[in-house]
Amino acid sequence: MNSQPPARARVRIIPRLDIKGPNIVKGVHLEGLRVVGDPAEHARRYYEEGADELLYMDIVASLYGRNNLLDIVERAAADIFIPLTVGGGVRKLDDVYKLLRAGADKVAVNTAAIANPEFIREAARSFGSQCIVVSIEAKLQAPGRWEALTDNGREKTGVDAYDWARRAADLGAGEILVTSVDREGTLKGFDLDLTAKLATAVSIPVIACGGAGGAAHVLAAVTEGRADAVSVASILHFKKCGLRELKETLLASGVSVRRPPEAAPLA
Amino acid sequence: MSAASRVVIVDYGLGNLLSVARAVRAAGGEPEISSDPADVAGAERALLPGVGAFGDGIKGLRERGLVDPLRAYAKSGRPLLGICLGMQLLMDRSEEFGDHEGLGLVPGTVKRLPGGTGGLKLPHVGWSALKPASPWPGTPLAGTAAGAEFYFVHSFAAVPSDPSHRLADCGYGENDFCAALRRGSVVGCQFHPEKSGPAGLDILKRFLEAS
Repeated sequence: MNSQPPARARVRIIPRLDIKGPNIVKGVHLEGLRVVGDPAEHARRYYEEGADELLYMDIVASLYGRNNLLDIVERAAADIFIPLTVGGGVRKLDDVYKLLRAGADKVAVNTAAIANPEFIREAARSFGSQCIVVSIEAKLQAPGRWEALTDNGREKTGVDAYDWARRAADLGAGEILVTSVDREGTLKGFDLDLTAKLATAVSIPVIACGGAGGAAHVLAAVTEGRADAVSVASILHFKKCGLRELKETLLASGVSVRRPPEAAPLA
Repeated sequence: MSAASRVVIVDYGLGNLLSVARAVRAAGGEPEISSDPADVAGAERALLPGVGAFGDGIKGLRERGLVDPLRAYAKSGRPLLGICLGMQLLMDRSEEFGDHEGLGLVPGTVKRLPGGTGGLKLPHVGWSALKPASPWPGTPLAGTAAGAEFYFVHSFAAVPSDPSHRLADCGYGENDFCAALRRGSVVGCQFHPEKSGPAGLDILKRFLEAS
């Protein structure tokens, strides 16, 4: 392996807010949800602590065919000035339009794109590739082989995650978000094989998600896993590690990130 | 500041108009989204936002009869800020998917960034630091610290033919691209000040105060 990773943009750290009804929730393997708190309060805190973007996922929308994120997004967009990606229950071009209109900058699609891959092309053509993020929930099947699941990790598809990532990029996706269902919520670290396989398969940015338990895991996702961006949830929600500590660990290891803001003066 | 500074945000069918409007408001301005050439002609201050492809952008401006009013507006010396695609549209032409004529307010061409192979990804998505290419005092970057980081998402960048029009550069891979430019009262930024936190809002605030 090269000791020097190829030149790339600064690695982005993206807090992920899984939304159920009015709350942020967090599960393990995308199941067994517990309530974390108020989305607006957490989003504001992460923004002030130097989050590079925010990711909102309405994790029951696909299941019940509804989408209650609009209010939450609209409130966030009024006073949080970093990119907001929103996913969950996006089925039609009109869903994309409504989320962008509410203040999302990018929209994450999974179930609808697997059911109809042309949806990626249509959405990219209508709104620009830069706002279409294809979300892949990947579950290990055999060494080096992962299946893309839908409906928040509940439904099998028979689609190979690697093939799907390449196809999604060809169809015009602007970024790929890859979540390891096996690691999600476990705090055991990212699935580095999965991350590296997808990150090197496509020429668009890949965001790694699922399994961060500390700054060392995030560093590994970026170095060994070759991720262009890392999404984290539990470690921030449960205050195991802050954004500043994450970024300082990366900086100290020679990974460039946007610098965390100056520490607030002691009151 | 006395009355909030009014800004016409030019709507030509592309882009995150509402995000820009929200940020303008947070920076103390009064945004007015419009695709009416008369509003551009009468504006005290105008902002050209945009995300998407250059060809679609210039087509959108043409279809709404906005090309000549924007040229006349800029010629009058009133402040104009182009963001992302809006900055690229200020140039003479673009090589994005063919060859397209731009507004011609700043001499130069829009070219594809190097990358897309060998590990350097395209689009360039993320936060990058600005390096001064010409002095910032008196421009919307007056309050920006050298090295301050802003949010970019693009695969193409403007290449001004007159280096003195370059206001800020940014490195991606081994090369620098033009991250901000200025010609008189016309300013462009390739990054998104509306998505770049407090540093971005400061640029918008100074644009609102520019005379």
